Amino acid sequence: QKSTRRVNASEDTQQQIIRETFHLVSKRDENVCNFLEGGLLIGGSDNKLIYRHYATLYFVFCVDSSESELGILDLIQVFVETLDKCFENVCELDLIFHVDKVHNILAEMVMGGMVLETNMNEIVTQIDAQNKLEKSEAGLAGAPARAVSAVKNMNLPEIPRNINIGDISIKVPNLPSFK
Amino acid sequence: MALKMVKGSIDRMFDKNLQDLVRGIRNHKEDEAKYISQCIDEIKQELKQDNIAVKANAVCKLTYLQMLGYDISWAAFNIIEVMSASKFTFKRVGYLAASQCFHEGTDVIMLTTNQIRKDLSSPNQYDTGVALTGLSCFVTPDLARDLANDIMTLMSHTKPYIRKKAVLIMYKVFLKYPESLRPAFPRLKEKLEDPDPGVQSAAVNVICELARRNPKNYLSLAPLFFKLMTSSTNNWVLIKIIKLFGALTPLEPRLGKKLIEPLTNLIHSTSAMSLLYECVNTVIAVLISLSSGMPNHSASIQLCVQKLRILIEDSDQNLKYLGLLAMSKILKTHPKSVQSHKDLILQCLDDKDESIRLRALDLLYGMVSKKNLMEIVKKLMIHVDKAEGTTYRDELLTKIIDICSQANYQYITNFEWYISILVELTRLEGTRHGHLIAAQMLDVAIRVKAIRKFAVSQMAMLLDNAHLIASNTQRNGICEVLYAAAWICGEFSEHLQEPHQTLEAMLRPKVTTLPGHIQAVYVQNMVKLYASILQQKEQSEEKDAAQEITQLMIDRLPQFVQSADLEVQERASCILQLIKYIQKLQTKEVPVAEEVIALFAGELNPVAPKAQKKVPVPEGLDLDAWINEPPSDSDSEDEKPKTIFHDEEQRHSKHRQPEIDEEELARRREARKQEQANNPFYIKSSPSPQKRYQDTPGVEHIPVVQIDLSVPLKVPGIPMSDQYVKLEEERRHKQKLEKDKKKKKQKKEKKGKHRRHNSLHTESDEDIAPAQQVDIITEEMPENALPSDEDDKDPNDPYKALDIDLDKPLADSEKLPVQRHRNAETPKSPEKEEIPVIEKKSKKPKKKEKKHKEKEREKEKKKEKEKEKKGEDLDFWLSAAPSAASTAQSPNEPSLNTVMAVPEDYEEPKKEEREDEDDDEEKKSSKHKKKKHKKEKEEKSKDKKKSRKKKHPSEEEQVEAIQNGTLDDEPLPPMSSYCLLAENTFIKMTYDIQGNLQKDSQVTVSVIFENKSDSFLKSMELNVLDSLNTKMSRPEGASVHDGVPVPFQLPPGISNEAQFVFTVQSIIMAQKLKGTLSFIVKNDEGSTHEKLDFKLHFSCTSYLITTPCYSDAFAKLLESGELSMNSIKVDGISISFQHLLAKICFHHHFSVVERVDSCASMYSRSIQGHHVCLLVKKGENSVSVDGKCSDPTLLSNLLDEMRETLAKC
Repeated sequence: QKSTRRVNASEDTQQQIIRETFHLVSKRDENVCNFLEGGLLIGGSDNKLIYRHYATLYFVFCVDSSESELGILDLIQVFVETLDKCFENVCELDLIFHVDKVHNILAEMVMGGMVLETNMNEIVTQIDAQNKLEKSEAGLAGAPARAVSAVKNMNLPEIPRNINIGDISIKVPNLPSFK
Repeated sequence: MALKMVKGSIDRMFDKNLQDLVRGIRNHKEDEAKYISQCIDEIKQELKQDNIAVKANAVCKLTYLQMLGYDISWAAFNIIEVMSASKFTFKRVGYLAASQCFHEGTDVIMLTTNQIRKDLSSPNQYDTGVALTGLSCFVTPDLARDLANDIMTLMSHTKPYIRKKAVLIMYKVFLKYPESLRPAFPRLKEKLEDPDPGVQSAAVNVICELARRNPKNYLSLAPLFFKLMTSSTNNWVLIKIIKLFGALTPLEPRLGKKLIEPLTNLIHSTSAMSLLYECVNTVIAVLISLSSGMPNHSASIQLCVQKLRILIEDSDQNLKYLGLLAMSKILKTHPKSVQSHKDLILQCLDDKDESIRLRALDLLYGMVSKKNLMEIVKKLMIHVDKAEGTTYRDELLTKIIDICSQANYQYITNFEWYISILVELTRLEGTRHGHLIAAQMLDVAIRVKAIRKFAVSQMAMLLDNAHLIASNTQRNGICEVLYAAAWICGEFSEHLQEPHQTLEAMLRPKVTTLPGHIQAVYVQNMVKLYASILQQKEQSEEKDAAQEITQLMIDRLPQFVQSADLEVQERASCILQLIKYIQKLQTKEVPVAEEVIALFAGELNPVAPKAQKKVPVPEGLDLDAWINEPPSDSDSEDEKPKTIFHDEEQRHSKHRQPEIDEEELARRREARKQEQANNPFYIKSSPSPQKRYQDTPGVEHIPVVQIDLSVPLKVPGIPMSDQYVKLEEERRHKQKLEKDKKKKKQKKEKKGKHRRHNSLHTESDEDIAPAQQVDIITEEMPENALPSDEDDKDPNDPYKALDIDLDKPLADSEKLPVQRHRNAETPKSPEKEEIPVIEKKSKKPKKKEKKHKEKEREKEKKKEKEKEKKGEDLDFWLSAAPSAASTAQSPNEPSLNTVMAVPEDYEEPKKEEREDEDDDEEKKSSKHKKKKHKKEKEEKSKDKKKSRKKKHPSEEEQVEAIQNGTLDDEPLPPMSSYCLLAENTFIKMTYDIQGNLQKDSQVTVSVIFENKSDSFLKSMELNVLDSLNTKMSRPEGASVHDGVPVPFQLPPGISNEAQFVFTVQSIIMAQKLKGTLSFIVKNDEGSTHEKLDFKLHFSCTSYLITTPCYSDAFAKLLESGELSMNSIKVDGISISFQHLLAKICFHHHFSVVERVDSCASMYSRSIQGHHVCLLVKKGENSVSVDGKCSDPTLLSNLLDEMRETLAKC
């Protein structure tokens, strides 16, 4: 269960990068620094992996030297807080079952590999406005579908809650280096 | 219909949605692949339905599957269908899928052009937003070209949400379609001052990203960014800007000087670690750029190092890591200041985090000195032993070698120690860097002559213990060192203690398990060894022993002849035959040793790695030409089966004729040279044959033999490098002792001892003499090597395309392709659309070509000037500000300082000016003025810095103006071309009008706004009532009634200058325009809205541009007869002719062509190309001005204006 955001690479490399990254990140101790020097896999020495660890989730960003390392750590924090606001007490399962929403939130923060907005309130406002728009569009036609999905979700507790694989979201600012 | 809809939604209830899919996958852990393929089949069914909701749902699921690594490119067309849905809900799903799976190779992507264009212009801002987001992920060169203009328009959208996205995506567009950069840049620049912080930050982001790749094109933006840096409070933006400055300072050291102060302030004031860190980083960059000739920045360095130490000592590993990272940057230029923190860095080596350890290692690299090298390496060796992961251990190993070998072994005082370190390193298991160690061994042994003896003994030991090293050749690369060992023992066999034993070690059967290239070296060097043993034996007349050794070779060599490796086989068989032949000679009791040794005579000189590249190609040599015509295919087959037998046959035939053996030897020597040339190992052989036979310098270079005596060097087993540390200490001690003794011969021993104790600590690097007086042989270069180091930049760098000069004015041809008529039909045939675009493109240039070419020539000239001017502006900004900063003027708006009127200083500059003038006038000539101005300006700015005085800019201008006319050194009263525009209790406006060099119908009005009140003035807006002839240029989209905002605010007492551009149709008449300045006055009591009316006077003079003219050109112009004439006479002039000319030059933008006594000819040109020639004559009390001009009206108006000026005198 990894949510990824990669463009411009073939499927194989993409999966390989995710596996490798997960491998690298997950074996690191809790009390070591949150930066990983870029290997060849993520596009050379200019690039770094910057990650944050929340319970069972890892949020990994891959950035090049034009980004401030500490800034990105803050950005991850903003991202997580935004998720928290949008999902109301976000948990791992929210992210797994609503990958599309996670993507949409991320799209408000990072666009085409560049940081778009860092103000959480602004992001949440835009997301809410979009959700409203969606709801108004769904109208009556959407009602039955929502009912069904509510029924379906009642089975949720059966799902094993303890999953060790984190959520890895990789974004690559400055994609051209990946060609 | 309605029924169908209901049916559709009921169907949907039973379709899987994304959540169901996720749940399903989780419930089918065992047979995931099967389950997913089943799902994909379902999705395919869903995609076939007409209902867009079903399709969107399917695409949504596909997006998830794509994330899991499944190929969904087959659904690209369906994704486009969903993208074109009218509902935002579905559209978003479509764009998300597209952004995940579209890439440049997706062929259907061109179908999206129209859809995206439609979405971009959608009234719903989220439709536009989602399209922009999607586009940012899959933009292609074609999309970028076709949509660039649409996105440009969006950059001035009313909604900041759209603006910021449009600004950000421009970077992607630039990357794909670099031609768009220049047309779009002005607007991008505007966005830097957008009222919305998000948009501003996006613009900063884009420009920083651009500037990072090609910083020099963005230097002219430095003042703007500086302003942003001092005014912005958004840390994110600040970090970006500060990072950008870090990239800019290396190009412009003066910028760095300006930056230091605000940055240090930020460092002191900010609480955000990220900002602090970036500030420190940029200060470091500044210091690096200033490292020469700025001695007094040690305070800043200290501050940085101090702050970094805090970071490193922090318990947060992130800060520690970054601190080390930044520290390594300081290290490059200011190693001393870092070295004091050695303790801290060594401490970091023990950190459990690998990233931190690696960073600390990097730092160590720069911290070594002759004094501490051994100590540091010793510490590293301990870490090597402790290290667990091979990656880290390998890293350590390379670092040790790097540290020791850096700067041509500059820090190594004892090479015996180094060799033993290398030997110790060979005991590492499983390292990949065997070849590195080998290369070092070779390098040291070849280049440090004095160490060869020791090296050879160590290598012999290695060869003896080869079984330890080569035990598991398959998985470790350490056996590479045997390659070096074998070669060293062979090449320098004269130093071997027991060559016989070494030879036997090399002939062991175990050797055949080594990799082929190592065996090959073994074989080759056995012969060298053999040759030297042979010589030894012959000299001591031990014929039996000599024959014995020959027999040994003949016995053992066949095992190599059987080798599967071609190289080994060939060498071995060749040598075997040679030795058999020697044996024959030996039985005849012919002394052969001399001849055998001659095979390997000659010294190998190291060659610089780039030497080959630097050999110039001789004239007349075409490397690309065929030497022989390429053989036809049929020939090549014959070449293949060339086997050993062929070789052997030849050799046998030669054995039959022993009388030509000298020739044979010579030939073999040639062959060996050839072989050497082909063997990478021999790269170090000398290219110049005359140097081959140089004699080795004697061993008398080794001065300090006494220590070597104290401890036997031939330690059984492998020596410990630690011994050397002790030895070295002792040695230094001794040296010190000797020195002290010499110095203080008269003093008694007790005192000497005492002193020694102290001196141990104060010992500096210079005092430590190396143990081996090593002449490190410099690497050879071909004699006529080309000195320049050409940069090998990657020509495929995508950012290179963006290396575009942004200061050049836009040419007509540089416009974004605009689609005039939109195809309303659905994008079924993309080709149709492509064609008109191309046609339009090709037509446009044709039409304009003629005009263009004419203009082009003129423009070229203008451009150059323009450039010069810009450069000067920046220079001025850079040079003027530090002086201002030093007088502690408010750093808020540094560009103000150039135009600030400071009454107290008024007297001083005048005097100063006169002095300047005196100096200047001596070297003055009326020609080549421009260049001179520049120089003088620079000189002056330097002066200013020294004296820390400020100068009114108008005075500076005046100096320039005077120089146009002056020939003698009379002082002049200050003049200012700025005249009053309007004034009230709050604000005073003065203005000056300048013709625009770049465009023939534009003038720039510079207005200085001076806040006279105690209140804060903001939201200033200047509006002018346009006339038919003269119009103010307003931002795009603004109506004629809108004012132009003044791009700054004014704190009390501050003045600043803004520029407004006006378009003028006819310039032959003077004009007056009514205008109003509206602004908000804000003080403690509140804010009020105020207005100030003014009249803007465009005199004819303001359309003139000072243009130098040579007298012959001037004469031709007058002769041409195309000019009409007019004249005026003004009485009652009392000032000197000198001053008079200066006034005309300054106020009316003329330049002096020639001056004879009290008569001068002057010239100027209007922005529309009218020539204006003047003949100025001075009588007793009057001045007459005769003018000739291409336009009579313009001339008479000009003369009237001039009369007014003169009348004031």
